[in-house]
Amino acid sequence: MTLLWIIAGVALLASLVADRSKTRAAVARGAGIFWGIAPLLVCVLALVSLILAAVTPEMLRPALSGSGPAPFCAAIGIGSIALIPAFIAYPLAGVLRQNGASTPVLAAFITSLMMVGVLTLPIEAKFFGWKAALLRNGLAFVGTLVVAGGMAWLLA
Amino acid sequence: MAAGMNTPWKTLRVVKEIWPWLLVTAVAASWGYGRLSGNSAFGLRAGTNLYGFLIEMASVLPAMFLLVGLFEVWVPRHLVERHTGVNAGAAAVVWVILLATLQAGPLYGAFPVAMSLWRKGCAPRNVFIYLGAFSAMKIPMLTFEVAFLGWSFSLARTLITLPVFILIGFAMERLLPAAYSPPGIANRLPVGS
Repeated sequence: MTLLWIIAGVALLASLVADRSKTRAAVARGAGIFWGIAPLLVCVLALVSLILAAVTPEMLRPALSGSGPAPFCAAIGIGSIALIPAFIAYPLAGVLRQNGASTPVLAAFITSLMMVGVLTLPIEAKFFGWKAALLRNGLAFVGTLVVAGGMAWLLA
Repeated sequence: MAAGMNTPWKTLRVVKEIWPWLLVTAVAASWGYGRLSGNSAFGLRAGTNLYGFLIEMASVLPAMFLLVGLFEVWVPRHLVERHTGVNAGAAAVVWVILLATLQAGPLYGAFPVAMSLWRKGCAPRNVFIYLGAFSAMKIPMLTFEVAFLGWSFSLARTLITLPVFILIGFAMERLLPAAYSPPGIANRLPVGS
C-alpha cells in the first residue's frame, strides 16, 4: 500500500518535470474517474456495512463448519454474495478450519469471496456493462467449483 | 428542471440522486444510536464496518486513480497493443499477471485499471486475466492467507486458481461479441461528468 503511494508520487513528480499540462490532464482524468464512481461505491459500501453488521462472523460459523454438501453450498453462496474484507475473511477462515471445516469448503469460501462479487455487480457493470459483468461472475462461479474440486483432490 | 415535469418522475430522480447518501445516513444514525444508547451492537458494528471500508478506499484508490490518469496520458496505445493486444503471445499473460500481483486493495479498484488497459488496446482476454490475477493472486493478500491458512493451502489454491482464471479470460474473449464495447471504454467518463 505504501509502495503504491511511493510509485504514484514518483510517477507524478516525473510527469510534472516532463510536462506540466499533460500532468494536469492526467490528474483531471484520474479525479474524473474517481468522482464518477464514488457515489455508487459509497452506496455499495454502506449497504455492505449494514449487512455485515446484521450478519456477524459468529452467525456464519455454524453454517460453514464441518464438511459435506450443506456447508459447501453455504460457503460458495455466502462467498459469492458477500464483500468481506481480507482482514475479516482470513481470520474467519482460520477459525472455521479449527471448527472442522473441510478443505473444499474453505477453498470455495475464499475463492468465491475473491472472484465472485454479486454485491459489487453494479460497480462492475458501470465499467464493463451488464453482459460482461454477469458473464465474468458466472464463469468465476464455475471456476470456484473447479478450484474447490482441485483442492479436495490435491490436499486429500 | 422543467416546470411541466411529472411529479413522480421528479421524485424518482431525487431518490436516485440521494439514495447513496440515505444509506450512509442510515449507517451513521445506527452508529450514533449505538453510541448513545449503549446497547445497540448492530449500529456500532455498522459504523465500524463503513469506517473500515472508507479507510480502505481512501488508502488505495487516490493513488491508483492517479496512476490510471498518468497511464492514460503518457503510455502510447501502440505500446500496450503490441505487448498485450490480440496478437500478443503468452508473454502478455505474464505481463498482466505481474502487474496485478504487485497491487493491493479491493477488486473494485482494479476495474478502472482494467478499463484503461482495454481502452489502450489490451486484448479482452488479457483484461480479464488481469482481473482474475488481481482478485486471486495479489502478493499482499497472499501473505495474509499464509498467516491464517498455512503454506500448503495458499500454495495449492494459487496454483489451481492460476490456470482457472487464465481459462476464464480466454472464455470471456470467446463469449463476448467481437465488437463488444463496454460502457466505460468510451472516452467519456463512466458516470457523471
